[in-house]
Amino acid sequence: MELSTFFQQLTNALSLGSLYALIAIGYTMVYGILRLINFAHGDVFMLGAYFAFYAATSLAMPWWVAFIVAIGLTAIFGMGLERVAYRPLRDSPKISVMISAIGASFLIENVGIVVFGGRPKSFPSIPLFDTVLHLGPVSVLSVSLFIPVITAAILVALLWIVNGTKTGLAMRAVSTDLDAARLMAIDVNRTISLTFGIGSLLAGLGGIMWTMKYPQLNPLMGVMPGLKCFIAAVIGGIGNIPGAVLGGFLLGVLEIMIVAFLPELTGYRDAFAFVLLIVVLLVKPSGLLGKHQAVKV
Amino acid sequence: MLRIDDLSVHYGGIHALQGISFEVPEGKIVTLIGANGAGKSTTLKSVVGLVKPSGGSISLDGERVSGLATRDIVRRGVVLAPEGRRIFPDLSTEENLELGAFMRDDKVGVAADKKRMYALFPRLEERRKQKAGTLSGGEQQMLAVARALMSRPKLLMMDEPSLGLAPLIVKMIFDIVKAINAEGTTILLVEQNAKAALEIADFGYVLETGRITMSGPGRELLADDGVRRAYLGESL
Ligand SMILES: Nc1ncnc2c1ncn2[C@@H]1O[C@H](COP(=O)(O)OP(=O)(O)OP(=O)(O)O)[C@@H](O)[C@H]1O
Ligand SMILES: [Mg+2]
Repeated sequence: MELSTFFQQLTNALSLGSLYALIAIGYTMVYGILRLINFAHGDVFMLGAYFAFYAATSLAMPWWVAFIVAIGLTAIFGMGLERVAYRPLRDSPKISVMISAIGASFLIENVGIVVFGGRPKSFPSIPLFDTVLHLGPVSVLSVSLFIPVITAAILVALLWIVNGTKTGLAMRAVSTDLDAARLMAIDVNRTISLTFGIGSLLAGLGGIMWTMKYPQLNPLMGVMPGLKCFIAAVIGGIGNIPGAVLGGFLLGVLEIMIVAFLPELTGYRDAFAFVLLIVVLLVKPSGLLGKHQAVKV
Repeated sequence: MLRIDDLSVHYGGIHALQGISFEVPEGKIVTLIGANGAGKSTTLKSVVGLVKPSGGSISLDGERVSGLATRDIVRRGVVLAPEGRRIFPDLSTEENLELGAFMRDDKVGVAADKKRMYALFPRLEERRKQKAGTLSGGEQQMLAVARALMSRPKLLMMDEPSLGLAPLIVKMIFDIVKAINAEGTTILLVEQNAKAALEIADFGYVLETGRITMSGPGRELLADDGVRRAYLGESL
């Protein structure tokens, strides 16, 4: 393989990995605070893309306004989802909450099919993201360069929120001990809501960036990325934000590289995530950056 | 200050508190003693709203607080250092203290109180940056008390602070409780270590399977034959 092809694939891998990372962060934050796998997270990702699509087309907003509106709506949707589907079950057995999450996922997908239509839509081209750049022998889509930069900026901001602010301190307290957090006069509901808001915001952003890269929207577009990013979060150690990023990158890079170097395996592309998951869990059951967690009694 | 009236708590079919009434007057140390499962922790959890009573009322300075959210009760100056300490093990000692002051906005005052806590418990200062989960049991109890004090409570409730600690540490914690009380904080102390608790308490109540069976000034209960047999392990 030529060096230029390698770099070509590398930029691809980095941007896909960043997208996975953005979505995986949402899984990991929600799990960290509620010990809940938010199965509807991939569908929230899909909604972000559709919100942006309608804002930019039907409402004819300039693309950047459409993006901001869509990301905001996605965050609000995520908080609403928590309010309706998870909060009423806060004291119920874990299995009830999980079933509610699966139900929410199916509901969003099917309402999506009804409302948005099952036929794929294509996102109008945005020159800033759609330009092919020639860096020496390597040619890349400009969006593939934007995505990793945005992801890096977001990660820094997020780590600052979690580790450097009072709100982050509350999040960390709520994630270890709900009742003890209440005793500190922390508004537990608000903290959980905020966590869902941030996670969904990132999913919305991920959905939009995804359609910049692969400009086709359909109501089930969140299913496979959702599943893979959940796997990425588990690989990195669920509950751990840098872990989710690591898992996302690992998955994105391996997926692209295997397809590039072993083209005969392309058909199995979606299966790599699962293979990687099994391998990592066999070697380190708590995930790459996860700490060993005693079962809560 | 705190008034409990005919308080009843059910856990499913278990009637854990069967209509108890007692009072904690301002500026005093009141203790609640009783055997395992008597309902001591349930009483304290009801006061801070972690457990919803099925009957009766709890009022603070004449105002009903039963039914309020925990954070609203805590904001009124009632704080609980819970059973088993419940410090945040993955956070540092300092972060635990900051959480104790979570509801306060006066950064300067919080910083001053942190200093005060470190003066009170020098061992905590040495372990400021250390994860609280790595502290010894005694240090964790000091942290739990210090964390509770960081909110500048009017009423400090402590659930078995002496549990599992060496006598020297127990004495230290009880001395600090007395000192805090002398500075004006009202104390409601739950203990199985009846002797130590009754010695410092102005008033004591004995709780037996969800009912109050005896009450009186600390010294009086300490001298009572029934109490001595049941709670001080003395054969008379
Ligand atoms: N969450 C719960 N669900 C069901 N029953 C409970 C619950 N919490 C407490 N109980 C029951 O209520 C009764 C009183 O419990 P509580 O914890 O108040 O006792 P305690 O006096 O604090 O005991 P200890 O000295 O062992 O801490 C016990 O019989 C206990 O089994
Ligand atoms: Mg107890």
